[in-house]
Amino acid sequence: MIHFLLKGLLRDKNRSLFPIIIVSIGVALTVFLSGYIKGVMGDMIDTTAKFDTGHVKVMTRAYAKNIDQMPNDLALMGVEKLTKELARKYPDVTWVKRIKFTGLLDVPDDKGETIRQGPAMGLAIELFSGSGREVARMNIKNSIKAGKIPENPGEALIGIELAQKLKLKPKDIVTYLGSTMNGSMAFMNFIVTGFVRFGSQSLDKGAIIIDIFDAQEMLDMPDACGEILGFFENNVYFDSKAQILASAFNTEYFDESEEFSPVMVRLKDQANLAYYMDYVDLYTMIFVGIFVIAMSVVLWNTGLLGGLRRYQEFGIRLALGESKDMIFRSLIIEALLIGTTGSVLGTIIGLIATWILQVHGIDISSMTANSTIMVPSIIRSKVTPDLFYIGFIPGLFAMVLGNLLAGIGIFKRQTAQLFKELEI
Amino acid sequence: MAGTAFGQSNFPDAEDIMNKVDANLTSDSRVFNSKMIVHGTRSSRTIESKSYARGNNDSFTKYLSPSREKGNKMLKLGNRLWIYSRTTDRIIKISGHMLRQSVAGSDLSYEDMMEVREITQIYTAKVVGESILDNRKTWVMDLKAKVKDVAYEHCKVWIDQERFIPLREELYAKSGQLLKKTVFSHVIRIQDRWFPMQVNFKDMLKKGKGTDFIITQIEFNPEIPDYIFSKASLRK
Repeated sequence: MIHFLLKGLLRDKNRSLFPIIIVSIGVALTVFLSGYIKGVMGDMIDTTAKFDTGHVKVMTRAYAKNIDQMPNDLALMGVEKLTKELARKYPDVTWVKRIKFTGLLDVPDDKGETIRQGPAMGLAIELFSGSGREVARMNIKNSIKAGKIPENPGEALIGIELAQKLKLKPKDIVTYLGSTMNGSMAFMNFIVTGFVRFGSQSLDKGAIIIDIFDAQEMLDMPDACGEILGFFENNVYFDSKAQILASAFNTEYFDESEEFSPVMVRLKDQANLAYYMDYVDLYTMIFVGIFVIAMSVVLWNTGLLGGLRRYQEFGIRLALGESKDMIFRSLIIEALLIGTTGSVLGTIIGLIATWILQVHGIDISSMTANSTIMVPSIIRSKVTPDLFYIGFIPGLFAMVLGNLLAGIGIFKRQTAQLFKELEI
Repeated sequence: MAGTAFGQSNFPDAEDIMNKVDANLTSDSRVFNSKMIVHGTRSSRTIESKSYARGNNDSFTKYLSPSREKGNKMLKLGNRLWIYSRTTDRIIKISGHMLRQSVAGSDLSYEDMMEVREITQIYTAKVVGESILDNRKTWVMDLKAKVKDVAYEHCKVWIDQERFIPLREELYAKSGQLLKKTVFSHVIRIQDRWFPMQVNFKDMLKKGKGTDFIITQIEFNPEIPDYIFSKASLRK
């Protein structure tokens, strides 16, 4: 029967071509826009994870309470032991130490007198003292726009806009002024080895990136760090895994009476990311929902038009003795065939468009020039596994629903009236 | 502490009290060695230094220990402040919001050290009562700012009635919030004056027991060469 119906559809272009085009366009739009939303929001979350939150983060309870102030006086101590424990207990997670700090960068003249100063936001990572995975994770090598990556203690990378503001050249010396963990004034000279552009205005405008050992020395934080970040394999975040990990860690280490006891928080619980992640899911759902409704109306209309156009055909088929159920069933099967064909075509088109935007991206750096939050300067869509099936929901559902509604008319036809209409 | 209030007519003249306090605390010059014990939330640190002062305006401090601070120096000339960092061999002028940073992690900010005007120039003093503090009879004085560019809008000071030394000081913001509390102790007679050898500074916005500033040795009105109070001495 399906073969028979398929042959009918192929021979009657009016019954197949127009509905398939409509379904394909709708499905392609659904797939592409879902991929776009996931890409843009996913990029923001991914960038935030790499630069700020990790997939899970360990810090002291006191630090966690005041995290916006980067309170290094409340930092974790004994971090070598803690990091080893974490690596032993959770070997499938990569653990890295980070220190965030703020202060001033002071540029001296030949006599050592200040000529320029600017506020800086510091980030200390395992730049050359670790396995090098931090450099790859933060894509530092590709982000260097002048100079090179630091290789020795006392060397630093500077955000390109901050470097331009301070009129720095690679190999210039700058002095960092800030506060140690104990609140004393901290000073350290750095040779600027290069300038970085991460595409995040907050980093490009104010970042100084140094090695974690330099930061520990400079900020008087021996065997201490503000945060220990954990990253899952392949840098892919799994919320359920993070939840289990954080619960297990906090059950073991939580001490109500000790404000410096370590606490683990997952990515979703940091930086309002729960809101963003729920926002992505909600908007994808709303978008698909609206599309299903809109497509249903369009295809209902298409089905009605088709039904009206096939009014005579249905009449003849009823007159020939075909049951109403049979006609209705064939109509739905036809809708399923059209919906499936349109969904497959639309998904392919949508995936191709999504992939093109994923590879090439759209540069929005001129629009985010004054942004202070971590927004990527190139927006990209993202091909995710769900894009391979998400289009089938509206494509099939709307088409079948439209025809279901249009097909109800078949049951309202009276045989006596039918013969009269057909003038038999 | 117990307090008794009298009618204001029984109180001595506030300016007279402040002058007697100034006579005890100020000198043309002084050289002193000190220990600053900073009681942090996790541990305490002791910072030793040697200071030279000329009137209220100029001072030069050389840090002696711990090793991290050793060799760092600080020069204050009027309302200008420079810090020399031994590790970077840089002289940096501290200005703007950097003045709000704490001195070596203590409860004292650089801004606290920068006031060069006499108290009577910036505050209107009034004796508002008497009280007993640490078994000493004190005048309770209320000081209200009469100029705008002052760090603390309102101060309350307890002055020893016999020795004319402040025993306690409370510094308030314009909103009325208590910002800092200072307790003076170990008052001894040196030459012809009384002087508190230990002061506890407590930043009320910070946790912990504050910072103890202990003078281990002091000499009033010695001869101090002028070059000490110059930027050149920072690198020497």
